[in-house]
Amino acid sequence: MDHISPVLWQFLDKWLEHFQLYPPEASKIAPQMDALYFFMVLVSLVGLTIVTLLIVAFSILYNKKRHPHAVQIEGSTLLEATWTIIPLGIFLVIFVWGALLYFRIYTPPANAMNIYVVGKQWMWKIEHPGGQHEINALHIPTGQPIQLTIISQDVFHSFSIPAFRVKREAIPGRYTSAWFEATTPGTYHLFCTQYCGTNHSQMIGEVVVMTPDDFKKWLAGSTSGNSLAMDGERLFASLSCNACHNSRPDARGPNLVNVYDSSLTLSTGQTVTADDAYLRQAILNPSQNITQGYSPIMPTYQGQVSEEGVIALVEYIKNLDSDYRVQETLNTTDIPPNETAPSPGQKPAAQKEVKP
Amino acid sequence: MSAATILSLPDQSTARIPKMNFITKENGLLSWLLTSDHKRIATLYLISITFFFFIGGALAGLIRLELLTPQSDLMAADTYNKVFSMHGLIMVFFFLVPSVPATIGNFLVPMMVGAKDLALPKINLLSWYLYVIAGIMMIYTMAVGGVDTGWTFTTPLSTHYLNTHVVSAALSVFVAGFSSILTGLNFIVTIHKMRCPGMTWFRLPLFLWSNYAAAILMVLGTPVLAITLTLVALERVFHIGVFDPAFGGDPLLFQHLFWFYSHPAVYIMILPGFGVISEVVSTFSRKRVFGYTAVAFSSVAIAVFAFFVWAHHMFIMGISNYAALVFSLLTMMVAVPSAIKIFNWSFTLYKGSVTFETPMLYSIGFMGLFTIGGMTGVFLGSTGTDIHLTETYFVVAHFHFVMVGGMLMAFLSGIHFWWPKWTGRMYPEKISQLAALITFIGFNLTFFPQFILGTLGMPRRYAAYPPEFQVLNVFSTAGATVLGVGYLLPILYLTWSLKYGAIAGDNPWQATGLEWQTQSPPLTENFAEIPIMDHEAYDYEWLEKQNRARQQQEEVV
Repeated sequence: MDHISPVLWQFLDKWLEHFQLYPPEASKIAPQMDALYFFMVLVSLVGLTIVTLLIVAFSILYNKKRHPHAVQIEGSTLLEATWTIIPLGIFLVIFVWGALLYFRIYTPPANAMNIYVVGKQWMWKIEHPGGQHEINALHIPTGQPIQLTIISQDVFHSFSIPAFRVKREAIPGRYTSAWFEATTPGTYHLFCTQYCGTNHSQMIGEVVVMTPDDFKKWLAGSTSGNSLAMDGERLFASLSCNACHNSRPDARGPNLVNVYDSSLTLSTGQTVTADDAYLRQAILNPSQNITQGYSPIMPTYQGQVSEEGVIALVEYIKNLDSDYRVQETLNTTDIPPNETAPSPGQKPAAQKEVKP
Repeated sequence: MSAATILSLPDQSTARIPKMNFITKENGLLSWLLTSDHKRIATLYLISITFFFFIGGALAGLIRLELLTPQSDLMAADTYNKVFSMHGLIMVFFFLVPSVPATIGNFLVPMMVGAKDLALPKINLLSWYLYVIAGIMMIYTMAVGGVDTGWTFTTPLSTHYLNTHVVSAALSVFVAGFSSILTGLNFIVTIHKMRCPGMTWFRLPLFLWSNYAAAILMVLGTPVLAITLTLVALERVFHIGVFDPAFGGDPLLFQHLFWFYSHPAVYIMILPGFGVISEVVSTFSRKRVFGYTAVAFSSVAIAVFAFFVWAHHMFIMGISNYAALVFSLLTMMVAVPSAIKIFNWSFTLYKGSVTFETPMLYSIGFMGLFTIGGMTGVFLGSTGTDIHLTETYFVVAHFHFVMVGGMLMAFLSGIHFWWPKWTGRMYPEKISQLAALITFIGFNLTFFPQFILGTLGMPRRYAAYPPEFQVLNVFSTAGATVLGVGYLLPILYLTWSLKYGAIAGDNPWQATGLEWQTQSPPLTENFAEIPIMDHEAYDYEWLEKQNRARQQQEEVV
């Protein structure tokens, strides 16, 4: 091989060694998506071959030398109908197949474990329900459906794990979600795929897929002692949310026990489901989300609670399934509500101006 | 390739360029800058878009050089972001959108309908001035430090998070948009009102059908872009909350508005290219375009569907699953007319008498590359696979196959095809065939690896990337070098041909369009007398009869 330049040789060697046509399949959905992908590759190859064959064959057969006089043909309705209907049929198959996949990827199963993702310039912050925080890394177990609730605290980002064939935009001010179930332990790329400014290409990280046992060990080793809901509980108290949102008969705010996923009637008469997105809106933009029967006295917490704070609060409210927890919060909090809180519900007269 | 040719040049020893033509009519810079002759304005446009093409091309070269290595080592990440943003802005708004319509279209539309000029000649000149003003603003933006929003101006990044020259870039595109609206308006009015006697709608060359469809998109779509960019500027300068949720705006609104223009814009760019292919394939097969009506109506169908597919750029952005479903279905619909066209062009060759001069080579290249570009569009239009492929190099490869492999090939095909009409002289055939081949090879080497890169997950707009993607990027950069040579060659030999090219005569390709029935270069008023269209488009038998009649006349004389 002496006659081949060593640089070129190394280059080819490197290429052959690492040659891949598609990324590793590390989630349940990945092989399903690849099946559609390769079906489309096949359709494209067949289509391209037909077009190429037609052009090459006609170029040879009807070359001016061989065929000096063109025969004028208007067209052919039959042929044209054929190449309208067949591609349309194939495209419709691809459409239906793709739509089935799409609905699967973006409809999380009920038993999924929820992990929160906050994007910011230029890092990914991951919040596990157990209170584990990660930056630019996501540890997950195999065999467990994981739902991601994603939001951005500044510009658009996009959370992409090629090995899972999953990607979802991280949008400022709005939760989006995706889910997957990892199948193969290993370390995979995590990319931000929406251009987000200077260090866009540094907004990368790794997804570490572990066996359930290893994951348990990791969880135990990475915990800060507080679960996400407990963080939320603390924040709930320090913001004095419990001054109004409690179970007392004269409470000024609705009781939040079991409110998650319940159906609420708003003062506008609209019925909404109290999901993550609604709870977030109700915290940051309360005047637009008044539950029927309550006065619009809650101030906005926009700019006072970070996205992670909102997530902790939402997680707390989600887990609030008994009155006991609220009472406990009320009793155990050592921060006097009036002092640290921004101005929550303590001055009802002033707050009335918030909503006309 | 066969040496058979349809080229019929006049006897070079006696042939002369006609003394009186649109180029020699008046002299001096002012006579060009104040002209209202569509052919002169087309020439001005040709010079300006070539200028911008080479700026955009140089930026593309820088991008490929940076991506040669995984680290961001040739330039800082910020600089890289500016380079790809400027590359996109210049190529889309200063090259692709005006490329065929404002140059070849401007030159041909009046001649093809048998008119002396466009309906609104001064508006036409205004459109060029708007383009130049916009171009100067873009160069100013570049000179003072550039912009790093990407060509898509994504909010709230562009409105609150960058301190580069977003407003001047947005303003530049805003002005360029008006130039495009005016060109579109001019085409619509001209095709409706200025057709010569006998030129019915179904006798129009297909070039006019596709430019007409594109013109409708320009007139209806571009104002939305103007509004969107105005809102971006307002939010950026006055902090009016339109798009940024931190100011009470709607984060997805920008995406909807921007893609409502920018998806049809893709068809503004490619439809006129379709027109070129129809003319060229017919001429070099000596045959009427197979299924003229289907090809004509597929252009209109594309123009109509183009407005209803924009949200396929937003499948992963949290639009409702059902909205995604509808837009995916409509996207599949818009793919059908393109497939129809490809097959109709292929069958135009059937039982023709085919030759392979440079314009035909470019057109055949177009058909292959556009097929790949179109099929990979289906990958992205299918919601499920879009999740994995969107925002990766797969998208980059897809739209470069459509825009560069499709549109630029069509543009070069058209430039070579009508060059003898435009200048009165032939380009050198052998070297231009070589250039077409180099372009085709270079193009595939540059952009095909990017499909694999995208499938592997490499995100677009990355200044640095994981090292396992390097080899394919090296291929891509190597291809870009070849492609660069392919684009430089035409500039050299076309310039050479202005003085040394063979005299072309009126109709070197023996084509049927009205533009070929007048002298080359044409008179300022195009025709000595207003022509009468007494035959169908692409009627080669009519042409033969004409030729025979002329020969007989000459023999008699």
